[in-house]
Order: sequence, then structure tokens, then C-alpha cells
Amino acid sequence: MAESYRRSRWSNALFVAPYLVVFFALLVFPLFWGMWLSLNKVDLFGGGQFIGLRNYARVLSDPVFHQAVRNTVVFVAVSVPTLVGLGLFLALALNKTTRGSSFLRGLYFSSSILSVTIVTLIWRIVFIPNDGLMALIFNVLGLEPIGFLSTKGWSLFSVGVATVWWCIGLPMMLLLAALQQIPADLYEAAALDNAGKWRVLTRITLPSIKPTIMLVAVIQIVMQFQLFGQALIMTNGGPAGSSRPIVMYIYETAFIRWDVGMGAAASELLFVIILCAAMFQYWISSRKEVA
Amino acid sequence: MSAPIEIANITKRYGALTVLEDITLHIEPGEFVVFLGPSGCGKSTLLRMIAGLEAVDGGTISLGGERIDTLPPGKRGVAMVFQSYALYPHMTVAQNMGFGLENLKTPKNEIARRVQSAAETLEIAHLLDRKPAKLSGGQRQRVAIGRAIVKEPQAFLFDEPLSNLDAALRGRTRLELAQLHQRLGATMIFVTHDQVEAMTLADRIVILNDRRIEQMGAPMEIYQRPATKFVAQFVGSPAMCFLPVTGMTDAAQGVTLDVEGAGKIEIDVRLPAGFRRDGASVGIRAEDAKVLDRGQPGIAVGVKVVERLGDRAFIYGTLDNGTEFVVEDSGRSTVASGDVIQIGFDPNALHIFDGDGRAYHHSEEA
Ligand SMILES: Nc1ncnc2c1ncn2[C@@H]1O[C@H](COP(=O)(O)OP(=O)(O)OP(=O)(O)O)[C@@H](O)[C@H]1O
Ligand SMILES: [Mg+2]
Repeated sequence: MAESYRRSRWSNALFVAPYLVVFFALLVFPLFWGMWLSLNKVDLFGGGQFIGLRNYARVLSDPVFHQAVRNTVVFVAVSVPTLVGLGLFLALALNKTTRGSSFLRGLYFSSSILSVTIVTLIWRIVFIPNDGLMALIFNVLGLEPIGFLSTKGWSLFSVGVATVWWCIGLPMMLLLAALQQIPADLYEAAALDNAGKWRVLTRITLPSIKPTIMLVAVIQIVMQFQLFGQALIMTNGGPAGSSRPIVMYIYETAFIRWDVGMGAAASELLFVIILCAAMFQYWISSRKEVA
Repeated sequence: MSAPIEIANITKRYGALTVLEDITLHIEPGEFVVFLGPSGCGKSTLLRMIAGLEAVDGGTISLGGERIDTLPPGKRGVAMVFQSYALYPHMTVAQNMGFGLENLKTPKNEIARRVQSAAETLEIAHLLDRKPAKLSGGQRQRVAIGRAIVKEPQAFLFDEPLSNLDAALRGRTRLELAQLHQRLGATMIFVTHDQVEAMTLADRIVILNDRRIEQMGAPMEIYQRPATKFVAQFVGSPAMCFLPVTGMTDAAQGVTLDVEGAGKIEIDVRLPAGFRRDGASVGIRAEDAKVLDRGQPGIAVGVKVVERLGDRAFIYGTLDNGTEFVVEDSGRSTVASGDVIQIGFDPNALHIFDGDGRAYHHSEEA
């Protein structure tokens, strides 16, 4: 009985076949095809010609790409800590069972289900010059209005605000779920141990949800490196490319200038950057665990 | 280090549900008090109110003469051991034990000294650098006790601390707790629904039931002179057997009872004028009844099950009228299921309960 249970049969593979087909068709194949494309000269008229690493050399020497990488790194470096920090703050604040807090949880999460077009539309209304909400507020306060979407620096900032607003739901929910896993009697023991609010937060709550904080950070790093829609619709990368992220560079290269090989090479580079960033984050967190 | 606890007119409600009503209880310094009662009777709730983890809806609690029910849990001078231990999973054993003292800004070397000495007392000194996840259940339990000891509280509160241990370890830990109590001399309150724990550990048992204190007293007093029918049937294993009383006449010494299934029995007991006769019953414990030799006149019991415990045996059966009955016999008992045996008992070992469940016992023991 145990023997027949253990013996593997090829027919068993049928059970995983549907998944494997989808996995190979939609993930593995495109991954390798993309790698292959990045080694070829491919344009609108098709017809690949193997050119080795030349696409990579072109991308790496392109100042526009450098700028896009810089923009994206700055964007990730600011937006991810904001998302994690704000998400944690909201989760801590809403970790109650009152009706008000359930309503607010729903409210904060609701932005996540909107499509990027609606999100950007909303934030364009806020940031747009002359008639935008910010412009109105600045007017009322008698301040010089800022062209949020058309000033260097402010444009990327505006995209960041819209992104945080759009993406805050998931970190908040994940952290909230983690908070609710903490047994209540730990807090009771801490109360009997005279622990103040700050000590409870730093010695009990945060250590308990640390794995989730790390998970949220890695998810957000991976997601925010792929910034695209908000930047495209809100600022179109402007002014002077100061809010152009890497994905937009890839898009312009591959689908506007139809230099598909070069776009694929840039994609592979982005893939490596994301991988390194996520691994670095993971390494940092696991190294502290040992100490 | 030990202080008296004064619980006065404590009431607790959860919405419309009243869990405890007008509980008044005085606990002497250094006394070991056990709260015993059926599940859901509010033992934990009462303990948690003393600890400050549950709000009080009425009445006051004082410790060492100082009113504590208005203080936050940490300021009450009590330490609690939770059923689930509630150890901080990210701290080592030493940090777990020292956390409370750290919060009080106790000097580091003082913390280390107290943690070390508590750890030695509990024989967990070699575990101080481990995290709770890497401890066995029994070791965790010791750490939880250690965490309470280092605080040098005026009173210890235990909420079923032994219920997660296996039987052997539970027995051993029970003994150690008794020793710990002797050594520390601290006031301790212990919640359990295990009678053996209650009987062996307590200086005094408080039986809670249906929002009230049903009875409090020394373990043997509770066992031998239960105040109510509830206590009589709740304490003792196997449970006391009850036989309905159908009639009652005064006798020269005490009363003569008409006991259903057992005939007329004369008992030396003084019953008050207010004794409610309808619904009255008598109760007898298994060890107070004995199997009579063949041929001797007694009460016939049809044997259903014989439970052999080695040193003794419990014989479960029914009387002629179907009432269930348990009698203890020696370990060498030859009684088998299906037999009909004759049993007898000393009438004065009977407990008499009136229609309201109040208990009366043989006069001499009074
Ligand atoms: N937070 C709460 N809300 C509503 N009812 C509660 C709450 N906590 C406890 N109760 C009720 O109060 C009663 C007493 O509960 P408690 O936990 O004190 O029982 P217990 O005697 O400790 O029982 P056990 O032996 O099972 O631990 C129970 O009927 C329970 O349902
Ligand atoms: Mg309980």
C-alpha cells in the first residue's frame, strides 16, 4: 500500500499539467524569449539578427536610461518606506474592532481597487495648474502656486503622492492581518509587566510582525520599480524626463521607437535591478536576525 | 512580600449577562487559595479582575490594605501566570523574566541577580539564553513562573497553569508549586477546574458557581461537609450518589428517613425547622459504602461496570428502582459485572440535602 502510494506514475503529471502549461506559456517562455530578444537587433519589421551584448552596451551608455534609473531609484527609495511606514501607522491605528475603524479600513483599502487611469485622473484634478485643488488652496492661502506636474522635482513627487494613495491598501491590510495574529495575552502579560506604550510597540508588536514588514517591503520594492501608468498619464515623464521611470523608457524604446531588442535589454536590466534590490532587502533583514 | 487580599462585593457583567454578583472574599497573607468551579462560572474573570485585566462593575479589591481595583495592572503588585504562559516569543528566557524589572528601571545587575536566582530555584538556569520556541511545555511553564517570581509580587495569580502539561509533569509541578509556596510564603490564588489540584494545593478552596461563591473552606471541610448539593456532587470522584427522600419522621436521636431504594434509615442529625422536605435527598460517597459478605442483609445493587484502579475498585451499578449507585471495594474485589451484590453503609456517613440543596451532616462532626 505504502509502496504503490509512493511510486510515481507519469499519469499523475496530468494533475499539474494545466498549471504547467499556463506557467510555461505565460512566464517561462516570455522570460527566455525576452532574453533572446535582448541579444538580437529587432525592429518593427521583425527579422532578428544576433548582435551579442550590443543592445546592453547601447542601453548602458544612454544618458536617458541613466536618468530613468536615477528617477526610479529615487522614487522607490522614497515611496517604499512611505508605504511601509504609513501602512504600519494606519494598521496600528485601525487595529480595533470598533465600527469606525472597520469603515476606515474599507475606505483606505478602496483606493486599491481603482484602475490606474482613475487614480491619475483624480490626482491630476488635485495637481493640475489653475483649476486644480492644490492651486485653489494655494490661491486661498495667498501663496505662489506651484506647477506640480510641470516643475522638475515636483512632478516625480506628485506621481509619488498618487502612487502612495493608490497602493496603501495592500500594505495596510497585510500588516493589519499580522497584528491580529498577535495573541492578546502577550499584551496582557506586558501590561502586568508595567510596559509602557512605546516598549510594547518596540519589544512586542514590531518584533511579532517583522516578517510581514519585510514581506510588504519586498512586495513594494518589486511593484514600485515597475512604476509606469501614473507617470505616463500624469506627467508623461516630464518635464525634461525628470519623472520618466525605467518602464517608461522601455516602453518608449520598444513600442514608440520600435527598437525592440534594446527595449528587451533594458527590461532585463530592470529585472536584475529589482532582483538585487529585493535580495539586498532580504539580506539586510535576515542578517539582523542572526545578530 | 505577602499581603492580604480583600475582595468586597465584586460584580461583573458582560452586557446583559451577569457573570459574578456580589462576591466577597478575604484572603489571608501567605494563604494559598484555589478558585474551583465548573467551566464558565467566572473563575478566570475573577482572577483577571484582581490582576486588572478585566474592569470591575461594582465593589472593590484591596491588596495589603491598599485599594487596587482603580490601578493599572502593572501597578498592583501582583504577578500572573497564564494558562498559555504568554511568553514573549522574541525575547530569550532571561529577557522574558527581566522584562518587568527593566520597565521599572531596576538596575541591570539587580535584574541579573534576581533572574539568576529564580532560574536556579526553578532549575532553568541552563535555558536562560534560549527563545521560548525552543523550550518544552514544562520548561515554558517554569519560565512563566520565573517571570512572576522575579517581580517579587505581593500576590501570585495562576490561571490553570498546569492544564497544558501531561499527567506526570502536572503531578510533579503541583508538588513543586506547593514547595514554592512554602518557600516564598507569598499569597497565591490559583484557578483550576481540576479537583486534585485544588485538594492538594489549597489552604482554602473557594467554590464558585452560578455567579456566587457556593462554599469556601479547607479542602477536607469542603469534601466532608459540603455546604450544598452542588458542592457535594462537584467535589469528589467518582461523584457522590444521591437517593431521593420520600418521607421523614423524628426519631429519638435525629430523624428517620424514607429513602427511595434503600428503605428506612435513622440518622443522628439535627435538622432546622425551615428544612424543606419536598425534593430532599441523601447523598453518599463511594468510599462510605461497602460491599457486604454474601448472605448479609443490605441493599441490592445490580453491577454494571467494575472499574479497577489497582489499589481499589469502583463498582458502578443500579438499585432496584434504577437509581445509579457507586461503591468502593478493595483492589482484590471479585465482583464482576452482572452480579447482584448487597451493600451497606454507616447511616451517619450520609449527607442530607433539603429541597433547596442545603446540606446537613451527622451531628458529631459539627
Ligand atoms: N469578553 C467576554 N464577553 C462576554 N462574555 C464573556 C467574556 N469573557 C468571559 N465571558 C463569559 O463569562 C463567563 C465566565 O468566564 P470565565 O472565563 O471567567 O470562566 P471560567 O470559570 O474561567 O471557565 P473555564 O474553567 O472554562 O476557564 C462565561 O460564561 C463566559 O462566556
Ligand atoms: Mg478560565
